[in-house]
Amino acid sequence: MSPASVNGQPAEGLDGITIAELVARQGLPGRGIAVARNGEVVPRSSWSTVTVESGDTIDIVTAVAGG
Amino acid sequence: MTTTAPRGTAPAAPAPTAGTRERPDDPFVIAGEELPSRLILGTGGMRSLDELRGALVASGTSMATVAVRRVGPGGPGGLLALLDELGIRVLPNTAGCGTAAEALLTARLAREAFGTSWVKVEVIADDDTLLPDAIELIDAATALVDEGFTVLAYTNDDPILASRLEQAGCAAVMPLGAPIGTGLGIRNPHNIELITSRISVPVILDAGIGTASDACLAMELGCAGVLAASAVTRAQHPALMARALADAVSGGRAAARAGRIPRRHLAEASSPDAGRVTPLDPPPGGGTVR
Repeated sequence: MSPASVNGQPAEGLDGITIAELVARQGLPGRGIAVARNGEVVPRSSWSTVTVESGDTIDIVTAVAGG
Repeated sequence: MTTTAPRGTAPAAPAPTAGTRERPDDPFVIAGEELPSRLILGTGGMRSLDELRGALVASGTSMATVAVRRVGPGGPGGLLALLDELGIRVLPNTAGCGTAAEALLTARLAREAFGTSWVKVEVIADDDTLLPDAIELIDAATALVDEGFTVLAYTNDDPILASRLEQAGCAAVMPLGAPIGTGLGIRNPHNIELITSRISVPVILDAGIGTASDACLAMELGCAGVLAASAVTRAQHPALMARALADAVSGGRAAARAGRIPRRHLAEASSPDAGRVTPLDPPPGGGTVR
C-alpha cells in the first residue's frame, strides 16, 4: 500500500495518527484551516478520532488571496 | 441692500422641503444580514498584505473574498488575521473549480475553516475565458442551497440564467460585466439592466470592472453592489483606486435612486424662451451690428 499523501506530497510514518496529531505535527493553527480525507471534509469535532491510513489522500486548506 | 436677519444673527438655513431633502438609502441586505458597504473587495492579485490593508481601509468595504487553497510551507499567512482585525467579513469563493463536485467540496471546506456558510460559487468553464459553466453552476448552487449554504452565485450576464439561480434559492446573483481580470467594463449594459429589473435578490456586478466609471454604471443600472478585485489590486495605486470605486458606487447608487432624465434625440432648452432680448433690425445695406 502506498503511503498517505498530504497536500499532494507522499508522507511516511503517518499511519494511525489522528487528524488532530497530523495538524499539530505540521505546526498549523487550529483556526482558519480545514481538512479533507479522501475528498470528504473531516469536521473539527472528529479530528481527534479520525485516523490517517495508508493510501489516504489528505488535503489541508486555508484562505489565500483570491477574487 | 436689505436683509431680514437681525444684525449679528446668522441667517437661518432654509428649511428642507420634500423636494430638496435627500432620501436615506435602503440598507444593503443579503440573506437578512445588512452590509454597511455596497462595495465588496476581492483580495486576489494584491502584491503585499500591507498594500491590501491600505486598499481595504480605503474602500470602506465590509466584506472581502478569499480563495481556498492547500496550506503552503509557510503556514496559513496573515490574510484571515488581517480581515479579522479590520472587522471585515470573509466571503470564501470556489475560484478555480471546474465542476459542481469540486465547488461543493471547496464550499464545505470553507465552511469548516472559516465558520461561515456564505460562499461565492464560481464554476469556471475554461482557463482562457474564465466564464461560468452554466450547467455546473446551477448544479452546484442547487446542491449548496440544499445543504444550507448562503449562495452568492457568480454568473454570466444572462437574465434567464440569473432567474434560474434565484429560483434555485441563491441569496444574491453576481453577473459579470466582462471576463475576470480583463477590466473591459460592462460589455452588455442592457442585459445587466434586464437582470436587475427582473431579479428580487441583490444583484452584484462582479468581474470586468476596470475603473471607477464601470462601478458607477453598474449601480446606475440598478445593481445593489459591486465586487472588484483586479481593478484595485492591480492598479498602480490600489488604495486610491479602492477609494475611487467606493465613491463611484456611492454616486451611482444615488443616481439610480434619483431617477435619471429620459434620453432624447433632439435638444431641449433648459432656459425659458419667454423674455429673450433681441438686437435691433440690421441697418440698411447689410452692415454688421456690433
